[in-house]
Amino acid sequence: MIPTDTGSKNFVEMHRVSLRYGEDGDGTLALEDTSMRVDRGEFVAVVGPSGCGKSTLMKVVTGLWPATKGGVIVNSKEVDRPLSITGMAFQNPTLLPWRTTIDNVMLPLEIVEPHATLMKRDRAAYEAKAMDLLALVGLKGFENKFPWELSGGMQQRASLCRALIHEPALLMLDEPFGALDMFTREELWLSLQDLWLARRPTVILVTHDLREAVFLADRILVMSARPGKIIAERTIDLPRPRTLESSYDPYAVNLVHELRQHISAARETV
Amino acid sequence: MTDTAIEKSALAVRPVRRRPLSRNKTFRRFLPWMVVFGIFFLWQAAVAGFRIEEFVLPSPTSIFAAMWEFRGPLLVSAGQTFMTTAIGFACAIVVGLAAGVAVGSSSMIYAAVYPALIGFNTIPKVAVVPILIIWFGVGSSPAIITSFLLSFFPILVNVATGIATVEPELQDVMRALGANRWQVIKKVGLPRSMPFFFASLKVAITVAFIGSIVAETVGGNKGIGSFMLVASSRFEVPLAFAALLVTSMMGIIMYTITSTVEKRMTGWATRGPNGAISVAAG
Repeated sequence: MIPTDTGSKNFVEMHRVSLRYGEDGDGTLALEDTSMRVDRGEFVAVVGPSGCGKSTLMKVVTGLWPATKGGVIVNSKEVDRPLSITGMAFQNPTLLPWRTTIDNVMLPLEIVEPHATLMKRDRAAYEAKAMDLLALVGLKGFENKFPWELSGGMQQRASLCRALIHEPALLMLDEPFGALDMFTREELWLSLQDLWLARRPTVILVTHDLREAVFLADRILVMSARPGKIIAERTIDLPRPRTLESSYDPYAVNLVHELRQHISAARETV
Repeated sequence: MTDTAIEKSALAVRPVRRRPLSRNKTFRRFLPWMVVFGIFFLWQAAVAGFRIEEFVLPSPTSIFAAMWEFRGPLLVSAGQTFMTTAIGFACAIVVGLAAGVAVGSSSMIYAAVYPALIGFNTIPKVAVVPILIIWFGVGSSPAIITSFLLSFFPILVNVATGIATVEPELQDVMRALGANRWQVIKKVGLPRSMPFFFASLKVAITVAFIGSIVAETVGGNKGIGSFMLVASSRFEVPLAFAALLVTSMMGIIMYTITSTVEKRMTGWATRGPNGAISVAAG
């Protein structure tokens, strides 16, 4: 269930967060003094050079890793344990090979309350919901196939459905299309946009594909090289729903170019 | 329409090739039997050709003759051994699964008990049998316990490995849903470790038989082990060999049962085009 708005416009807030891996304080400093905020229902993309701590940022926001310094507030609550309102998808689809596509998509419903309890009584309704979601990303007719019977792009679509089935208030995507070819990737951008427009979750997308960031996001945060901090921010003023052509119009191309320069500058300071 | 036309023309152009014998399903089914028959045939020929004395190496025909002649007592002994092995093996599955889940899901338990387990597993179980006989007396108990002791370790190690190697991203997905540790084990860890579990069962069932028979040989009054001991002490070598053969058959039967259950339960791991590894990586 999406928690009701508590008045604050910021859904995610990071206050001067640092994170150092390792227990003795001598591990890698992955994040340093990073602050950012994301509005409720906003689509934010985080870009940056390779190894800049983008994935670490995701883990801190979701509470999977506790911050070494600073604080994270999600939905007006301090994050001190893994959040249970999150959907996640990664570059690797991480589907369970012993489950069919629909059973994979329904996995979160077996864990997240109140769905876990309700599903025992009304499985059919939830199944219909999962079918609808699969149909929305073009997987109609593949519900009872096993993951290894699907192509990489189809597996990734199923993984997205799994991240969304329990209607999470926060969707964390860590380079979800990184391993796909360009055409499949573009198709999935459209699918993701459709899903986002239909449900409006708050999305944080970590990516190294600048066109992807410009096409999908309302706002782009640029991170510096490790230890990561946010060095630039751009708002994308492109109308929705965006088309693939819109990512080639001069405004978008200039944006990609500008972001590219930020990142090359960040790389050189290493 | 056009498809069939193309197929037909392709058929006409391509010379008709016979499928190789190695692909033939019936051939494959009979292959193991042919190997067994071949071994017996060579054995028989060697015994006859080199004129080997029966008390050194009996021929298969005399072994089968002895097996038929003493079928009653052999069946009783085999039943006894089968019973002790099955009980020991069943206990090993329960304990191995439970301990494997515990060891695999907690790095603390792993660190705490692994050295002790290795030390324990290194103890030759033959040496333990006399102690077990002092504790429990001559009978079925030492055989059950020995077969359990030998067979639970491979099960434990494999289940622990399966559970400990759950992909970190999958754990993140589960934890970000608010899943507790038991839910992660139940939904991901256990199903994922099933291929490991069944692989270990195949090892465990054979060593379970060895455990029972060792115990019966060292100090027992029942079962195949003790039967063989009596037979060889009377120089009835073909009968001793007959007992060995019966043991092998029981092993094969249990192995077949295990792999049938395995195919039903973990088909997902081997059904993919490139087998389990590609599924796990993809």
